[in-house]
Amino acid sequence: MPVRIWGDAVVGLRSPVPQVQEIVFRNFYTAFLSVRVQRPGPGGSRRWMTCLRDLCLMPCPHTEEGSQDYFCLHRHQVSMSGWDRGVTSLWCSPLSAHTPGWLPLQGSGAHVPLTPMAARVPVPHSAPPALTGRCLPWTSSIWGGLGVLGGCPKSCPQSVPAPVVTLPVPSLQMLCDLDQVTAMRFILRQPSPVWLHFTIEDLQIFPLGQKSPQKDFPSWLSQLTPPEQPASLHGELPDPEKVSTEVQQMWVLTEVIRARQAAARIGRFDVDGCYDVNLLSYT
Amino acid sequence: MVSLHKPEIKLESLKEDIKDFLKTSGWEKKLQNAVYSELNVFPSPCHPAAPPEHIKEPLAYMRKAQGSWEKRILKSLNSMCTELNIPLAQKRPANEQKELLNKWNEMGTDEPDLSLFRPVYAPKDFLEVLMNLRNPNYENGEQPSFRNHLGLIQVPLKVKDIPELKEDFNELGLNIGQLGIDDSAQVPPEFFENEHVRVGQKVLAEQDSAAAQQYVRQGCPTALRADLWALILNISNQPEDILYYEQLKSNVIQHDLLVDSLIYKDVKLTASNDDYYFVFEDYLYQVLLCFSRDTSVLEHFTYSSATPPKSYIQGKLGMEEYAVFYPPNGVIPFHGFSMYVAPLCFLYHEPSKLYQIFREMYVRFFFRLHSISSHPSGIVSLCLLFETLLQTHLPQLFYHLREIGAQPLRISFKWMVRAFSGYLATDQLLLLWDRILGYNSLEILAVLAAAVFAFRAVNLMEVTSLAAAEAVLADLSTLKVMPLLQIFLFATVT
Repeated sequence: MPVRIWGDAVVGLRSPVPQVQEIVFRNFYTAFLSVRVQRPGPGGSRRWMTCLRDLCLMPCPHTEEGSQDYFCLHRHQVSMSGWDRGVTSLWCSPLSAHTPGWLPLQGSGAHVPLTPMAARVPVPHSAPPALTGRCLPWTSSIWGGLGVLGGCPKSCPQSVPAPVVTLPVPSLQMLCDLDQVTAMRFILRQPSPVWLHFTIEDLQIFPLGQKSPQKDFPSWLSQLTPPEQPASLHGELPDPEKVSTEVQQMWVLTEVIRARQAAARIGRFDVDGCYDVNLLSYT
Repeated sequence: MVSLHKPEIKLESLKEDIKDFLKTSGWEKKLQNAVYSELNVFPSPCHPAAPPEHIKEPLAYMRKAQGSWEKRILKSLNSMCTELNIPLAQKRPANEQKELLNKWNEMGTDEPDLSLFRPVYAPKDFLEVLMNLRNPNYENGEQPSFRNHLGLIQVPLKVKDIPELKEDFNELGLNIGQLGIDDSAQVPPEFFENEHVRVGQKVLAEQDSAAAQQYVRQGCPTALRADLWALILNISNQPEDILYYEQLKSNVIQHDLLVDSLIYKDVKLTASNDDYYFVFEDYLYQVLLCFSRDTSVLEHFTYSSATPPKSYIQGKLGMEEYAVFYPPNGVIPFHGFSMYVAPLCFLYHEPSKLYQIFREMYVRFFFRLHSISSHPSGIVSLCLLFETLLQTHLPQLFYHLREIGAQPLRISFKWMVRAFSGYLATDQLLLLWDRILGYNSLEILAVLAAAVFAFRAVNLMEVTSLAAAEAVLADLSTLKVMPLLQIFLFATVT
């Protein structure tokens, strides 16, 4: 019986989407995903272009890791040509990290914090097209929520993980813009023969202006503030606008904390003093 | 906040002044410890589209299996209730309340008739469920092939191999000092022990959780262990914590629960019979009875694959305003549960602090040992890790034991479910639990289990039945865990 080792699906859009903002889906045992889009070409024709190549969804295709996870692809994932456009920062956030740590990126001079929060890392203008770094052993893959950094350093338990990993920048990048998209093609690959089926589910495409449901935290929390120089107060007064903004930020924080206090535990398990329980419920 | 009222504090430097104040008062460190604690306990945020059940457990078939297992437990408890004609919970009459309060510190002297009660389940029942776990999307053919695992666990979870474990546990390496090896009588203390103790004292003085967690990877000096564990678990035993414990105690006095009898029975069958732990019997009741009433434990269900059992008071089924969790903390104890508490009694003697340490250990680690999930520290992954390590590095032994009907996991399962409590000597157990805290992972239990088999491999190759294999591995009380782990990870030819 032939073993299905790859599959593809074509998703057609009803009308051209001016700009695709985000693509959200739930994986079901797909190991690698490529995305092609049909866009207007020169002379009014439409042509297919690859916008994402071999995004790794399952770091080890024979095992469960990543098999039923949720993924989000964002239009702003840095493209190869983005280096020329003076890209000043990279976003990255890990899919799984058990303890905080740092992934030093040699060649770029940047250090990427491997904390659960997304972080913006300044990148010097002379950054090379590929970034090499040492991957701490407990990181199974690096995944970008908004800007993708690199590939999957560890692919299979049988191989000894290399301590120094080259993360080619283009492999997970949006290779073209997501403007005027008339059709999208999702190419799914699953090299492991142990799975009966593989697909992606709950596919949602959000045009510009519509975002997928976001986690409820303030945007300033997702930006690492650079180390501040202490304000020099010799002779001159600081800018009152700046001071009042900072004081306002602190005030907003205290208000948020005060509002949350209502959720404090009370610790009671009874209902009006009664806790007479006879049988457990099965539903 | 007192210092911020001083006239020399200016608005323009307010931000800096607050930062300095936090540093000097020690609050910055406390905040850092609290944040670090949260990072250790809570899973990384996943995609916003992921529903709550995905955070509990990402794999649908595991969620289903856990649900079925829970239903079985509920049925078992309900039928016990019906057979014995005892309610699951009721208010204690006033005279009984008074009596219990009087003998709170010596509940072990009580000899209630527990003959009709039976544990809701034992580890071997749980193992049968795990053996039957199948991914419906996996090629589970009957014919033996590379797809079938040779052990008892048949789900294809990702587990680490020895090179990966060596990197993860690199502080256990041959060139690095360890308590449990380099503090033995033959080694002069100036080589390692004295300096290690000095560093430990410094870590405690700094009150830094992250530093403590790194430090204990090489083991805790006995005198510092209680404080170091409390620092890592972020337990400070403030007056409000003591008050909270007293509140739980009053809940025990007021309401009688069926699970109390299960706890009594478990303590009588396990800890009371143990040479090391029988002296702590009274402490165990004081901790476990309160634990059952602690609703703060319900919070851990957001990241556990388990769900707390539900009921309705006064028979008002289906009416949400009468819905309650049972027991209040949502955890039904099983046979051997009290052994999670017993070793801690060597470290903490004040009931409220002992209680908090146990609760934190449970919601960080122990809950993973009796629920079905795909987490790397969950019992399913630990079982698969154990079997894979043994199969890869002792293939002859694995094959031999399998041939004689002695699947290794049948013997090691009970060790891992109890985190080796009651099987190792207590000083060795505490050295092992140092590393659980240090690495924030239970994987070391699977590695130790494999290391024990490796150590007794010669004897095991000669046995011809499961019973004989069990006999070879019946007594682990003489084992030294750190040399075993070190040899298995770093000195075995791979």
